[in-house]
Amino acid sequence: MSAAVPRRIIKNYEYTQYFPAEQVKEVVDKIGINERRFADESTCSSDLCYAAAEKLLADNNINRSEIDLLVFISQTPDYRMPATSIILQDRLGLPHSTIAFDINLGCSAFMYGMSVVYSMMQNSGLRKALILDGETRSKVYSPKDRRTAFLFGDGGVAALVERDERFGTSYFSLNSDGSREGLIKIDAGGYRKMSSAETVKERVVDEYGNIRSEEQGYMHGADVFNFVIREIPKDIKALFEYAELDNNSCDYIVFHQANNFINSYLAKKLKFDTSKIPSTIAKFGNTSSVSVPLTIVSELQDQLIGDKRLLLSAFGVGMTWATAIVSFHDCKISNIVEV
Amino acid sequence: MEQKFLDSLKEAMDIEAHEINMTDNFRDYEEWSSLTYLSVIAMLDEEYDFQIEESDFRKLHTVADLYNAVNSK
Repeated sequence: MSAAVPRRIIKNYEYTQYFPAEQVKEVVDKIGINERRFADESTCSSDLCYAAAEKLLADNNINRSEIDLLVFISQTPDYRMPATSIILQDRLGLPHSTIAFDINLGCSAFMYGMSVVYSMMQNSGLRKALILDGETRSKVYSPKDRRTAFLFGDGGVAALVERDERFGTSYFSLNSDGSREGLIKIDAGGYRKMSSAETVKERVVDEYGNIRSEEQGYMHGADVFNFVIREIPKDIKALFEYAELDNNSCDYIVFHQANNFINSYLAKKLKFDTSKIPSTIAKFGNTSSVSVPLTIVSELQDQLIGDKRLLLSAFGVGMTWATAIVSFHDCKISNIVEV
Repeated sequence: MEQKFLDSLKEAMDIEAHEINMTDNFRDYEEWSSLTYLSVIAMLDEEYDFQIEESDFRKLHTVADLYNAVNSK
């Protein structure tokens, strides 16, 4: 595995151009996000993934002609069409026989991507698969909407998947609830409400004076929190039961890095040993689907040698949520690249 | 029961400087904010196994409203 983050660091306590410093401090203390990385105007999710992939291929001396599958996970792709995965196939010098497609899903998507790739590799001759997961969420949300202005950051990861008996069994629980589509959303810019001069106009959207356009994301944080405390512990317990495992049989527990408040609460509620829960929320913020694998790359380098079992848990826009119990065997993790 | 609820609510909202009463409108407290709201949600879940949607929460005004909602579940 490998990862790339933008060079530019945004310090949250100093992110005070739109809100008074004491208000910023109150928010930042609560969410526990001190810094984030912001991509510049010309850098896309795919550029971060490209850098991560090049690092991974070089560090592990991978023959590109053996990569039979490329999955690109993102909700901030280069274009509406073609799919970014196809562009990356060429850019990475992969053969035309490579199967490539995008998965557009949000924060839980890395586990979806793993599950899809694992399933495809199970009964086929596919040799190696590359999962690229990148997001530039800094470009999605308004800096003038305090509900989201301090949360999101950018990053990209690359994971190489190979099929071998020695890797053991992995388990996935993937869930959807479209009745909650309005909890986290960008209203305009798709085909239901197409881009127009109106949709890019900034406006005051609530009694607190938050400002955004219809093409910028919004989030009902309290309802997301409600949803998470109701659904996530239930899903984790159900998967443990199904797999006949428990949290003691996992070496590490990696949560989606939404904010510190949610993750501390989940850990407490599930009575998890916090020393097994790596966190990057303070330095990278919420990078959407990238946050789980980015946390693995950043915090578990040299820790996944031998046989290790990880519990992965994420939730987000959709709503979708996913739990995975994944076996890692001698997983090599590269140093993070700065772009 | 009632006193325990008041104590928990005070703690969740980080209120130290004053007492709170059943008849108070909790949104009038100086300590009330969208952030303390999250702490209150967490407290209700943890101590009372009670979850409430934002749209339903908006209909609650006094501390007693909240107490009754929790106890009617």
